[in-house]
Amino acid sequence: MTSSSAASVPLSQMFKLPNGVQYEQPLGLFINGEFVTGKEGKAFEVVNPSTGNVVGMVHEATAADVDIAVDAAEAAFYDGPWSKMSSAERGRLLLKLADLFEENLVTLASIEAFDNGKAIQLAKGDIASCIGCLRYYGGWADKIHGKVIETSTESFNYTKQEPIGVCGQIIPWNFPLLMWAWKIGPAIACGNTVVLKTAEQTPLGGLFAASLCKQAGFPPGVINILSGFGRTAGAAIASHMKIHKVAFTGSTLVGRQIMKMAAESNLKKVTLELGGKSPNIVFEDADIDRAVEWINFGIYYNAGQCCCAGSRIYVQESIYDKVIAAFRKRAQTNVVGNPFDEATFQGAQVSETQYNRIMSYIELGKKEGATVEVGGERHGTEGYFIKPTVFSNVTEDMRIMQEEIFGPVCSIAKFKDIDDAILKGNSTTYGLASAVHTRSLTTAMEVANRLRAGTVWVNSYNTLHWALPFGGFGESGIGRELGKEALRNYTQVKTVSINLS
Amino acid sequence: MIFRRRILREARVFIYQSICYYSTVETTVRLPNGLAYRQPTGLFISNEFGASSDGKQITTYNPRSGEPITKVFVAGAADVDYAVQSAVSAYNSWRTTSGTDRGILLFSLSRLIEEYKSLLGSIEALDTGKLMDAVATEDIPDCINVTRYYAGWADKIHGNTIRPFAEKLAYTLYEPFGVCALIVPWNYPLMLAIWKMAPAIAAGNTVVLKTSELTPLSSLYLGHLITKAGFPPGVINILSGDGSTGALLASHARVNKISFTGSATTGKKILQAAANNLVPVVLELGGKSAAIVFEDADLEQAVKWCYSGVMSNAGQICSATSRILIHESIYQQFVELFKAYTIQMVKTGSLAHGPQISAEQREKVMQYVRSGIAEGARLVHGGAEIKTAGYFMQPTIFADVRDHMRIFQEEIFGPVVVMDAFATQSEAIQRANNSTYGLASAIFTKSLTLAVDTSQKLDVGTVWVNSSQDSDFRVPFGGFKMSGYGGQELGEYAVKNYLRPKAVHLNLGTSL
Repeated sequence: MTSSSAASVPLSQMFKLPNGVQYEQPLGLFINGEFVTGKEGKAFEVVNPSTGNVVGMVHEATAADVDIAVDAAEAAFYDGPWSKMSSAERGRLLLKLADLFEENLVTLASIEAFDNGKAIQLAKGDIASCIGCLRYYGGWADKIHGKVIETSTESFNYTKQEPIGVCGQIIPWNFPLLMWAWKIGPAIACGNTVVLKTAEQTPLGGLFAASLCKQAGFPPGVINILSGFGRTAGAAIASHMKIHKVAFTGSTLVGRQIMKMAAESNLKKVTLELGGKSPNIVFEDADIDRAVEWINFGIYYNAGQCCCAGSRIYVQESIYDKVIAAFRKRAQTNVVGNPFDEATFQGAQVSETQYNRIMSYIELGKKEGATVEVGGERHGTEGYFIKPTVFSNVTEDMRIMQEEIFGPVCSIAKFKDIDDAILKGNSTTYGLASAVHTRSLTTAMEVANRLRAGTVWVNSYNTLHWALPFGGFGESGIGRELGKEALRNYTQVKTVSINLS
Repeated sequence: MIFRRRILREARVFIYQSICYYSTVETTVRLPNGLAYRQPTGLFISNEFGASSDGKQITTYNPRSGEPITKVFVAGAADVDYAVQSAVSAYNSWRTTSGTDRGILLFSLSRLIEEYKSLLGSIEALDTGKLMDAVATEDIPDCINVTRYYAGWADKIHGNTIRPFAEKLAYTLYEPFGVCALIVPWNYPLMLAIWKMAPAIAAGNTVVLKTSELTPLSSLYLGHLITKAGFPPGVINILSGDGSTGALLASHARVNKISFTGSATTGKKILQAAANNLVPVVLELGGKSAAIVFEDADLEQAVKWCYSGVMSNAGQICSATSRILIHESIYQQFVELFKAYTIQMVKTGSLAHGPQISAEQREKVMQYVRSGIAEGARLVHGGAEIKTAGYFMQPTIFADVRDHMRIFQEEIFGPVVVMDAFATQSEAIQRANNSTYGLASAIFTKSLTLAVDTSQKLDVGTVWVNSSQDSDFRVPFGGFKMSGYGGQELGEYAVKNYLRPKAVHLNLGTSL
């Protein structure tokens, strides 16, 4: 995907999607409450991953546009209606936005299926989670409390949780709208203003959501949405001297760059949600049928494009043969294909680049000596579809066991006992999520205690919820999103100490 | 006994199903602006309006004219029982409803109150005698905001995990009580109903609300909106009635929590009734709150705040700053300014100066006025009834009021303010604290240390610095001493008050 001239690209266009949904898709950059062209007149292509075809162009933000957006966000933060707005009123705007998402659920889900390639059923689930997330943070807005702390009778001390100011947010392509909601919700609830850059692979949903922000009544400059590339717009955000916080979700590789740029510029606060290579552990006393369902869902949900995907499956040796036989069958019953088909579970990978990357890991796995149990090749002849793939006979040091593949490819291995399971589960530089399947309370508790991961699911997988904090140990990230924890990312503590003597 | 109740219930359901819309449980009420609306007069139980089982009724009056508006029922033993049983059975499924979903219903209710704000405001103004302006700017917006605020809390109730040692993982669950009885007064009928209902429901309880016998109409109308919002039947029940209804509710064996706002006399009775079943109780009672005006206060602002601090709502505010202590150097000046401001306000009518709620209440206030004169206080202004229709009286100012006088000590609950001078900060604090009450206080000063220091020394639940009565639903509200018992309302505290912690200990390795 490369930049080209924006001369012929309108600021919005009627789109008709494969399922018949017709709507006005904004194509401009959303800055200071309006959709505008980029300062350098650039635009880039939008590709439908189900076909590989270019379906349109959107305007591209470069560093110059980031500057304009930051100025608008700064002005909105210090002057104007947002700066004087009560916390309850801020919350009410988020609640209104949630209502608008609900009214436009089908359109939003359809855009998501179209731009990202995910199954429409899953996209609808994403939008329902967006609504829940925005409503949840809408409710937090006027409940952010400081403390009064006693030291001596000579002073009166209290803390305030203040907003940071202009926050930069960079989101990925795997859950475009959901990641949008996860970032906007808490940042806005805490009273900040934002400049958010969507992923270049999936700009459409974020722009439509921006039009809903305008409809909800957010003052201009509070929420700015830019389509653009990491190397230009993203880097500009991470290095900007007037942005005091950057939140990034994406690869560990890029996350490192963001943190470096943040440090080198103005030591802006950083939260990172990065990759993972999460273990999904099945004990012999698990309900095997249900466990197989969860290991299937754990890796093939969203075509494997989940930071928390359960990509390393460990099965207790006594039940290994039974599980792998069942899983082999189950993996092949996943319906792969047209996202707009209501029966589809697994859609396309998001781009050609991603498709190639995953396919090369599959080849690598074969070269490294692992066995392909199922899949291991393209699905169909059009678009970026890959068959659900399972590798067995893997060793811990294989690259397919250590590196994040980010596709419908998993490895399955045996473990002896609880200590072995923990050892294998923790043998990763990542630490985002994990799961344990067992009927025993003590096994569940012990494994949950000993796994070095930000989330431990017991007898489920990928069951995130806006009320539960989510984030990584180790190289999976810094900080937590969701739940009350997310509010910490978007506030800073001010201590006020009044001398009474 | 149970059999008979069931027959009564079934008979009632049969009756409801067989009579048409224009039944005896609704009546047409004509508002002062000429518009008419259908006012439910039945008891609201399990999302239906119905007559009481013995048919006993009371009349509610328009305090501006003294004319009757309509009759409502007095819920008796069978009705209270039916309402509580409805709440009990609703609780069984309500307790499995997620916090998010409870929140969604409360958000809907908030939106409906906003949609119906004009009608609800009119009903409230008619039944209480308040000015439409006051209701529209204070009462109804508060109802909308409070409902929305607690909708947001519903899915943010967190327990704790505690790991005392490796073999034990303990956690706390904050659980609702079950059925909560909510008993509200007549001074802010709908607003106080919402103050109690919203956090109780957000926390996962089911409720039976009893209105004041003097002001049942707005809360009964709310029943329509509760059904419209989608609350399952039995989650919220609303009964009109009198003191006997309240007593029945407070002593019902299946009520697990009681929240009451009203007089200390009745509050004590509620507490005694609850003691029998050891039911936890929250009481929001009266006050005789003091305002302290220091030498360096912004005098004009202090006068304005102190005026609305006692004269709003015809003085019928639990937290009214009805005793004003003024520094001797500005005392006479303050008294004169206050008098002038009072005369101005009454002339322009720009601040709510409505009637007292009833003839009885007005007479109680007038008795205090007479006692003030008799005990030697200086009557600066007012002191008489207004001889028109309804229950109006003049805003009344007493000066040179000493601690021993009844008008200094007792809650008058009318548009009567008492004033006196003080010499030092410690004297002001001592006199302010010289009260069996401890609901609120207001301090007027430009000095930061004086404000912080004085607020620390006042024995009250709320201190306003440079204002009076501007409560906020996000900030807890409740009294010390005889002003309150069992916890605060509003803010995060209120939700906690409708929850109780259960501790769960997981044994992960200790064997015998």
